[in-house]
Amino acid sequence: MKLNELTAHEILELLKAKKTSAQEVLQSVQEQIKTYESKVKAYARVHPFSPQQTVGATPDFVENSAIPIPIAIKDNICIRDRETTCASKILKGFKPPYDATVVQKLKERGSLIVGQTNMDEFAFGSSTENSCYGPTRNPWDLERVPGGSSGGSAAAVAAHETIWALGSDTGGSIRQPASFCGVVGLKPTYGRVSRYGLIAFASSLDQIGPITKDVTDSALLLNIIAGHDPLDSTCVDLPVPDYTKALINDVKKIKIGLPKEYFIEGIDSEVKESILEATKILRKCGAQVEEVSLPHTEYAIPTYYIVATAEASSNLARYDGVQYGLRQYPAKTRKTALIDLYEETRDIGFGTEAKRRIMLGTYSLSSGYYDDYYLKGLKARTLIKNDFDKVFQNFDAMITPTAPTTAFKLGEKTNDPLSMYLSDIYTTSANLAGIPAISLPCGFSKNGLPMGLQIMAKPFNEEMLFRIAYTFEQNTPWHKRKPPLQ
Amino acid sequence: MTTTQSKYETVIGLEVHLQLKTKTKIFCGCANLFGQEPNSLTCPVCLGLPGSLPVFNKMALEYAIKIASALNCAVNHFVKFDRKNYYYPDLPKGYQISQYDLPIASHGYLFISTSDGAAKKIQIKRAHLEEDAGKLIHDPELNCSLVDYNRTGTPLMEIVTEPDIASPQEAYDYLQALKLTLEYLDVSDCDMEKGSLRCDANISLREKGESQLGIKAEVKNMNSFKAVKAALEFEVHRQAQALESGERIIQETRLWDENKAITLPMRSKEEAHDYRYFPEPDLVPFILEKEIIERVRASIPELPSAKLTRLMQDYQLNEYDARLIVQDRGLANFFEECTQLYPDPKKICNWITGPILQELNARKIAIDEISLKPRDLAALIQKVEKNILSNLAAKEVLKLIIDTGKNVEQIVEEKGFAQVSDDNTLNEIVDGLMKEHGKIVQQIKEGKESAIGFLVGQAMRKTEGKGNPKKIGEIIKRRLLHV
Repeated sequence: MKLNELTAHEILELLKAKKTSAQEVLQSVQEQIKTYESKVKAYARVHPFSPQQTVGATPDFVENSAIPIPIAIKDNICIRDRETTCASKILKGFKPPYDATVVQKLKERGSLIVGQTNMDEFAFGSSTENSCYGPTRNPWDLERVPGGSSGGSAAAVAAHETIWALGSDTGGSIRQPASFCGVVGLKPTYGRVSRYGLIAFASSLDQIGPITKDVTDSALLLNIIAGHDPLDSTCVDLPVPDYTKALINDVKKIKIGLPKEYFIEGIDSEVKESILEATKILRKCGAQVEEVSLPHTEYAIPTYYIVATAEASSNLARYDGVQYGLRQYPAKTRKTALIDLYEETRDIGFGTEAKRRIMLGTYSLSSGYYDDYYLKGLKARTLIKNDFDKVFQNFDAMITPTAPTTAFKLGEKTNDPLSMYLSDIYTTSANLAGIPAISLPCGFSKNGLPMGLQIMAKPFNEEMLFRIAYTFEQNTPWHKRKPPLQ
Repeated sequence: MTTTQSKYETVIGLEVHLQLKTKTKIFCGCANLFGQEPNSLTCPVCLGLPGSLPVFNKMALEYAIKIASALNCAVNHFVKFDRKNYYYPDLPKGYQISQYDLPIASHGYLFISTSDGAAKKIQIKRAHLEEDAGKLIHDPELNCSLVDYNRTGTPLMEIVTEPDIASPQEAYDYLQALKLTLEYLDVSDCDMEKGSLRCDANISLREKGESQLGIKAEVKNMNSFKAVKAALEFEVHRQAQALESGERIIQETRLWDENKAITLPMRSKEEAHDYRYFPEPDLVPFILEKEIIERVRASIPELPSAKLTRLMQDYQLNEYDARLIVQDRGLANFFEECTQLYPDPKKICNWITGPILQELNARKIAIDEISLKPRDLAALIQKVEKNILSNLAAKEVLKLIIDTGKNVEQIVEEKGFAQVSDDNTLNEIVDGLMKEHGKIVQQIKEGKESAIGFLVGQAMRKTEGKGNPKKIGEIIKRRLLHV
């Protein structure tokens, strides 16, 4: 097997045993990119390969807790002196003068950043089609979308164009593409990972997380990026356990809820079947799986789109052409020089979906509408959170489908934002409730497309997710399948 | 004008924006300083760069609690920030982090003394924390605008009164009282010219006896307390005339034009804002512990109103003198330290409110900025009392202490200021004068006692001011009148 097809933990073993070098691993990833990137288009930009990158990545260095593994970073996480654009024209040319906290942590551990991955503009989307760089394609079927918004990261991992990757998840943006691409995606508890340097979409929902080939890598990568950050007030000061210790192949007596509201109209029958099959496997492994109720589930999507767009409309106000990124004046003066600058820059700089969400958010915050929309959204959010609290009084975790369908075709939903929004139907609740959730492969459809199982647990109990996910993975073959790339 | 004015009463409310002089900015670690190289005090956070996040500076909170306590406000225990959304190039995030529905302080008051000497309570509606914006510099030659982000993120306290202020003079008095209180707290430079204290005013008129408020104008762009008063006086006049002529007053923002001494309406487009406030998701609300409030409250120094009362009681100062001293916290401290060194507070007070204030005003300098120490003043007064220095010489010594930084002894010795009281020396001088001024001597002998003064003056001249005038007078009387 080629080095780039291995997982990070497999590569670390080889490095420790001096059977390979960090440089060899990086080279194999680079070669894969050369061969397949033109088809998959997972990256917004690949960084030029420099052998210096791996200097110091010696076996001794690895013994000293270094993890010199090639990684891909979503294009909304700031990397010092590297263009970081959120796949938006409006940030073209913007080079942050600082590293995001997660990037700094990765660099300290000797990580090798391969490049920055494609995404829906400002993470607005579920297909990675809303990008100024053009769409990313699903490695399992190049005519289909990889999901989104972290579609570039998920596709890069699935296509072995990186060993692992970071994504961000505001309403499912890590888990849904992980599901579509047959890889493992984790959205940690809100406050588990620092958001400093993550270009904000919706500040109260955003969270950075790992996209990996298996559950072990997910735990390993979370070990690196989790923890308190004095630069992020919302990042909680709780000790970080060694998550690899939670990788136990045993779920005896673990109580898992199966929310009945998640198996409604619109769910693909094959997806539904795969989850019921997963239930059987977990039961066989000793878990108690019972039906539970999350009565406010139907309000998750509308609540999410009110809260997220309101915050987004404010977070995106800074892109005004004054300090950085695109600056555009109209050919002919229309109003005042200042208003012209704002209007033309934002008109040219933002894509359709970004404009749609800015308008939705601006509307729901406007005087006269605030109480009916934003405030009501906050109240509904509390109700949704209460649903989870109640179930978690008696259950350790819940399992659901990650997405109602397998990957859809490019262009299939671009003209129907509502149906696009519904692909987040199972994922937004975890963000609204602030709880951790993971997606891992749980089977393939008849036409060979991966399907994802979502597991959700109590806040700051990522260990429970890893334990259940690891047990499931060890008792199923799905994570070993590789996309048929030609 | 007087007739129309008397028909109406004036209703004013003031909004003061106060820059807090914390060491660092409110949401990042950048230094909070005025007058530095443009854009030298910035970082990703105060520049609002994508991905950066605010972290609340707890010192700003302590300053806010101090202000809240000094203004007799209730302190809100639930600390929460909101975003105020609007576009302007000096606002790098496109929103200002402020406090909307839950200000840190509310329901306070401050007393002012009105022209008839009575105390009047001005209610403080609310006071909240927020971040300052940057500064736009318009360059007419290049025909462009430049932004200096050094000021971005300076902690601001916005202090809003109820519409309790009944005249431009009261507005002026309120600002003076507020400034003095804030200076005692040592939380701000309170300098309107440098923008560390800014004031907007809401003003309306209504017919006397009317309970409903009239339609108000918001007046901005005043850069001194005097300008606030002048702008409000202009508005009283303008609105009274408008009401008299049956015009409809419109609610609007008006800018004070200092040169023309008038207010002019701001273009209405610029004020049509919907700020779309919502809770700031990047800052977690928190409960302010009682212990913190208590600890900060305990650290508050004696405030000017309390000090005024105490100085009058403890040292039997009259109100006028006490006010002069309390007007400046440094001066008040200086005074009290002197009373520890010299037993006559009235004498100390006279020196401070007289020669010392005169010197300070002439130099446009504060008491803490000069080398004169309480022990110098005590020594000076003692030397006068013991006839070692004349009053005149003592004032000269005072000047020299301020100018040279030397102490009293050094100056007296170097300049030979010690008073001449030696009988022999003075007798000789008087002898000489009696020979020179025979006519005067005759007048004195004939009973014109006022002529004695002339001779004393001449003697002082001969001793270059160092003669003891009392003693000289005695010698003259003894020699000529045999008393």
